[in-house]
Amino acid sequence: MDSFLLQVTAGLANGGIYAAVGLALVMIHQATHHINFAQGEMATFSTFIAWAMIQAGVPYWVAFVATMVVSFVAGLLIQRIFLKPVEKAPILTNVIVFVGLLVIFNAFAGWIFEHTIKSFPSPFPVEGMFLPQYFSGHQIGSITVTLVVLLSVFCFFRFTPLGLAMRAAAFNPESARLVGIRVSWMLALGWGMAALIGAVAGMMIAPVVFLDPNMMAGILLYGFAAALLGGIDNPWGAVVGGVILGVLENILGAYVIGSDLKLTMALILIVTILIFRPYGLFGKPIFSRV
Amino acid sequence: MSATSKKIIFVLSTIALLLLPFLLEDFRVFQLNLVLIYAIAILGLNILTGYGGQISLGHGAFYAVGAYTSAVLISQLGMSSYLTIPIAGVVCLVMGVLMGFPALRLAGHYLALATFALAIATPQLLKYKAIEHWTGGVQGIVLDKPMPPFELVIFGSDLSEDRWLYFVILAIAALLFWMAHNLLSGRVGRAIMAIRDQPTAAAALGINLTFVKTATFGLSAAYTGIAGALSAMAVAYIAPDSFPAFLSISLLVGVVVGGLGSISGAIFGALFIQFVPNVADEISKSAPWAVYGAMLLALAYAAPNGVMGILKKITKKRQT
Repeated sequence: MDSFLLQVTAGLANGGIYAAVGLALVMIHQATHHINFAQGEMATFSTFIAWAMIQAGVPYWVAFVATMVVSFVAGLLIQRIFLKPVEKAPILTNVIVFVGLLVIFNAFAGWIFEHTIKSFPSPFPVEGMFLPQYFSGHQIGSITVTLVVLLSVFCFFRFTPLGLAMRAAAFNPESARLVGIRVSWMLALGWGMAALIGAVAGMMIAPVVFLDPNMMAGILLYGFAAALLGGIDNPWGAVVGGVILGVLENILGAYVIGSDLKLTMALILIVTILIFRPYGLFGKPIFSRV
Repeated sequence: MSATSKKIIFVLSTIALLLLPFLLEDFRVFQLNLVLIYAIAILGLNILTGYGGQISLGHGAFYAVGAYTSAVLISQLGMSSYLTIPIAGVVCLVMGVLMGFPALRLAGHYLALATFALAIATPQLLKYKAIEHWTGGVQGIVLDKPMPPFELVIFGSDLSEDRWLYFVILAIAALLFWMAHNLLSGRVGRAIMAIRDQPTAAAALGINLTFVKTATFGLSAAYTGIAGALSAMAVAYIAPDSFPAFLSISLLVGVVVGGLGSISGAIFGALFIQFVPNVADEISKSAPWAVYGAMLLALAYAAPNGVMGILKKITKKRQT
C-alpha cells in the first residue's frame, strides 16, 4: 500500500508539470486555434537560461524570476516576429513554422549549452514538511509552485481588465477589435504567458529528469495528452487532465507496463482521446458550418 | 521546348544517370543511393501532405517499419533482399490504412499532433524488450549488402555492391515516380486535391472521402516503407536510434524544400537533406538542425512552394 501511495504522490508532482505544459498549450490554442509544437523546446531553452544564471552564481529565486521575465519577453517577440506574418496562412504553413521553431530551439540549446546531461538544482529541502514519508521536499515545492502559477493565471484572466480583454480577443476577435482591443497584441501577450508557464514547468521538472536539449519531448507529449483529455479549449480541463495523467502514468508504469513504454502510452492515449472524445472530458463538441 | 528536344534531353539524362556511378567512388555512390531513397520517402510524404493536405510529422515511423520488416525477414527467415521490398511496401500500406482511419477524424493540427506522438514513440517501441528477439533490441540488426549478379567493368570501375544497389534503387525509384506521376495527374489525383481544397464540395460531387483519404494515407506510407526497406539494404545496418523523431522532421524539411505538391521536387529535397547536414556538421554538431529550422522558416515566408516553385517562376518569366 505504501509503495502504491508513493507512486500516487510522485504522480501528483509530475501531473502538476503536465498540467502546466497543458495549460500553456491551451492558452495558445484558445487564442489562435493552433497547437504549439515548439512549446517543449522553448521551455527547455528557458531552463537552460536559468541553469546558466545559477552557474554564474545568481541566487536561485533571482534566476527563477529573471528566467520568467526573459521567457515572457521572448514568447512575445516570437509571436510578433515569426507568427504574425503567417496569422492568416493555411494550417500547413503554421505547422511548418512551429516545427521550424522547435528545431531551431533544440539546435541552439545543444549548440550553446552542449548535449551533456546536466543536473539542475532544486531550491527545496530534501525532506518534505508535509507527510515526509510520502512527499519529498521537491515534490511539495513543485506542486506548490505549479498551484501558485495556475492560481495567478486564473486571477489574471478573471479579475483584471487586461485578462478580460485577452478573453474577449480569443472568444470573438472581430467584436473585440470593434470595441478597441488590439487583438494581435493580445495574441502576443498570450504567447508570452505561455512561454512563461512553460519556463516554470521546465525549471520544476529539470531536477527530476535532468537537463538536456531533448528533456521536454516526452513531457510535451504528456502535456498534449493532458490538454486533450481535459478538452483543448478548457484551461481547468488541462489542469485536471494533467493531474490524472501524472498519476495514471506512474501507476501503470509501476504495475502494468513498466517504464519502457511510457511514450508509447502517451501516443495511445492521444490517439484514443482524439478518436473517441476529441473535445475531451470537459470540452464542448465542435460543429463546422458549410 | 519542343517534343523532340524533350526526348533528346530525356535520353541523354538517362545515359548520364546510368554511367554516373562508374565515375564516382564507392562512398559517393553510397551517398547517391541515400539521395534516391530519401527522394522516394519524400515523394511518399508529399503525396499525403502536399497533394492530400494531411499533415504528417510521423513518416519516420513508416520508414522505420519498412526497414525493420525487410531486415527481420532477411535475418530471421533468410529471405531474398529483393523480395522483402514489396513485402515492406505492403506492410506499410496496411499500417498506413490503419493510421488513416483515425486520421479521417483528425484535421490539420490534430493529425500533426497524433503523428508527432508516433514519431517520438517509435525509437522506444523498437527497443521494446518483448520483440527484442526479432529486432535485436538496442543493438539492431547487421545485414549484408546484396551481391551484384554479374561482373562488369566500365571506365576502369567494377560493379561493386554499392554500384549494383544504385541500379536497383534507381529502377525502383523510376518506377515509383512514374506511377506517382500517372496517378496524380489523373482522376484519382484530382480527387485527392479536391479533398484537400474543398472537402465538403468534393463529397457533394460524389468523391468517396473515406476511401480516398485512407487510400492516400496507405499509399504514402507504402512509398515511405519501400524507401525504408531500401535504406536497410543500402546502409546494411539498422538500430532503433537510426529512426529518431527528427527523421520525420527531416522528411518534412525535404518536402518543403522541394516544394509541396510537386513530384520532381522530391529530388531537390532529398539532395538537401543528404548533403546540407554534412556541410553544416563541420561548423557544429547542432548546426545542421539550426540550418533545417532556418530553412523551414525562410521557405514558409518567402517561397512556400520550395525549389520547384522558384523554378516555375523563373521559367514563366522567361516565356513572357
